[in-house]
Amino acid sequence: MALSGLDIFKLLPKTNCGDCGVPTCMAFAMKLAQKKAELSECPHASEEAKATLGAASEPPIRLIKIGGTKPLEIGEETVMFRHEKKFFHQTGIALQLCTSEPDEQLLSKIKEIENYKVERVGEELKIDSFFILHDSENKDNFLRIINLVKQLSTKGIILDCQEEETLRAGLELLKDDRPAVLLRKELTDRHIELAKTHSINYILTAHSIDDLAKQSEKARASDMNSIILNLESNNISHQLQNNTILRRSALKKNFKPFGYPLFTYIHSENGYDLLAKASLSLCKYASIIVLPKFDKAMLYTLFTLRQNIYTDPQKPIQVEPKVYAIGDPTPESPVFVTTNFSLTYFMVSGEIENSGISAHLVITDCEGQSVLTAWAAGKFTGEKIAKFIKAIKLEQLIKTRKLVIPGLASQISGELEENLPGWEVIVGCQEASDIPSFVKNVKLT
Amino acid sequence: MSIEIPRETNAGKIVEVTIGATPDQGGTRSHTVTIGGSTALPFHFFEGEHPHKPVIAMEVFDKVPNKYPSPLMDYYHDVIEKPGEMAKKCVEEYGAELVSVRLEGTHPEKGNKSAEEAVEIVKEVLGSVKAPIIVTGHSHFEKTNEVMKKVCEATAGENCLINYVETDNYKTIAAACIAYKHTIVAQSPIDVNLAKQLNILLTDMSFPSEKIVMDPLTSTLGYGLEYTYSIMERIRNDGLAGDKMLAFPMLINPGYESALIKEARAPEQENPEWGDQELRSAYWEIATTMSLLFAGAELLILYHPKTVEIIKKKIYEMYETKERD
Repeated sequence: MALSGLDIFKLLPKTNCGDCGVPTCMAFAMKLAQKKAELSECPHASEEAKATLGAASEPPIRLIKIGGTKPLEIGEETVMFRHEKKFFHQTGIALQLCTSEPDEQLLSKIKEIENYKVERVGEELKIDSFFILHDSENKDNFLRIINLVKQLSTKGIILDCQEEETLRAGLELLKDDRPAVLLRKELTDRHIELAKTHSINYILTAHSIDDLAKQSEKARASDMNSIILNLESNNISHQLQNNTILRRSALKKNFKPFGYPLFTYIHSENGYDLLAKASLSLCKYASIIVLPKFDKAMLYTLFTLRQNIYTDPQKPIQVEPKVYAIGDPTPESPVFVTTNFSLTYFMVSGEIENSGISAHLVITDCEGQSVLTAWAAGKFTGEKIAKFIKAIKLEQLIKTRKLVIPGLASQISGELEENLPGWEVIVGCQEASDIPSFVKNVKLT
Repeated sequence: MSIEIPRETNAGKIVEVTIGATPDQGGTRSHTVTIGGSTALPFHFFEGEHPHKPVIAMEVFDKVPNKYPSPLMDYYHDVIEKPGEMAKKCVEEYGAELVSVRLEGTHPEKGNKSAEEAVEIVKEVLGSVKAPIIVTGHSHFEKTNEVMKKVCEATAGENCLINYVETDNYKTIAAACIAYKHTIVAQSPIDVNLAKQLNILLTDMSFPSEKIVMDPLTSTLGYGLEYTYSIMERIRNDGLAGDKMLAFPMLINPGYESALIKEARAPEQENPEWGDQELRSAYWEIATTMSLLFAGAELLILYHPKTVEIIKKKIYEMYETKERD
């Protein structure tokens, strides 16, 4: 909860001594409220002021980093719904490795997970993290796999090892790697001791909301703040409601013990079921999920869902401005032009495809705005489109000299023809859904 | 220590809408389907009532869709050209609770079938299954109006869900729905204000509010899902907050929209990193449907039998275990 300048002023000594470098306590309070000063600059601040201001400056949900050089960042969320502002850190996706598997199999799995990447609207999508489940009897297996992952990858590591000595040995190998450690049972004093000498993010597990609060309070009482919450739910109904209650408690009630990211291990034997559960977790508040198996179709689906849900609603997804081939176009195929708003691009390219023809689709840079908005803002003008078409040397790439513009931007046709000698501009339909009938009825080349 | 559960109660309630009519009610369906009635956000049993489960419809066609993806064709190839039989398969084998008859073939540029032919097809489906029926038209105003008028008249009393009207074309179809006692879909282009405006226009012509289902327009996963998702969350929040003109149950089309895109049609060899095509085509529809369920979807028109199976299971799980741990 942010405090106002006046709230802060009430907590200050009100002596106007100037020791903080600001002439009055009121002025200092205003600077604090704007986060332009720190309370430590006031040598006379009371304990009460320190406690209150310290708590107020703590984000409602903490930022947690898993991993060394390029850590996975999760948490720091401020809203319940993406339309209220945006979701800040997308859900991390971790893949499971079991130490009971034979080395050969593990090695190829690690490489597969490490190397899997897929591109979607200009973004490279990858797996974020390895989840190492120690389910063999042999301590050396655990250590060997940690070393293997370390050698082959810089992704963050999550350890699931309930045997304390083995875990301790594993953590020795990860001194600079800030791993996450899943505690399936209660947080003990020995765990707390361990965290004093190793940098660890503990994932605290509980089976009820009350128990989770208890565990979190215990960690906080020992000044452990790098924690992640794992409230085990028996089914998706409980998971949805529990996650809502945890997020709401943190954001709206400022309940600190729940002000941490949420962890979910997705259990299921069945791929379709796994995907349904993972979809719930991505939409409703899980900050990190573990998938038990590698399945490209599932990863691609989940990456896309994550990209959609975590896109900033204020900043539309943009597609790269260039010429796109729809179908299998030849130099004689028709040419369409529109803006680089992703939805516009998807609709127009989809409808051209549906019409059964092949075409060139010229996407110009309109900062991700739709046709009408971009036209009104002067970003989709005859001059700008002509400049872009010249810059990409479209005339050398294709023989067509007719250009179809969106019906909603019909006003620019004259200006475009003036700026693009030798080209004829055709005003297209207003709605993308009418493209299939438009291409049937108008001669485009 | 016991944690206080932060419950939020709402002034509003989503309208309960019933589709279909049994013989006592003037129709021929064996049962009706009711959606809506919620007083809290989807599946928030801890702070409100959800008297009705979301329901699943599957779709049959008067004309085989141009780009029908091969994973779906594997399931339907023997019945795709026989809407009556396909409807039977959807209901009896795959568990559809309603059947949508898509009359795309009546579009002047997609076959131009006559209104009479459309009526025959709808009757064929009504005869082959006892589940309530959705009749789905298209964007050619003149033709869809003519077709829907005839369909409404020929199915009087069945309380079909007539899908759809939009702000620029609602009067003819809405009047036919009132005259022949059908329920209507009010479609708006991913926009809260336009959705509200259309509902006001409909109620202004005395359209009964318990007979309106909203279609906020589905964009599938990867093709603008985030817009549909957020518009639905906003509509539902406003409806629950007490805005009566936004408090209607919502319909989504994950099946139709997911079948159109290249992710459903591209074989694995084309894009190895996209993974298995058969799995992917179901996954895409499942992820779209799951996310929109949490945004407030109550009537889901699906295509892939695997999607139907898994989504139905998930909805039942949600309702069987309402209470939290």
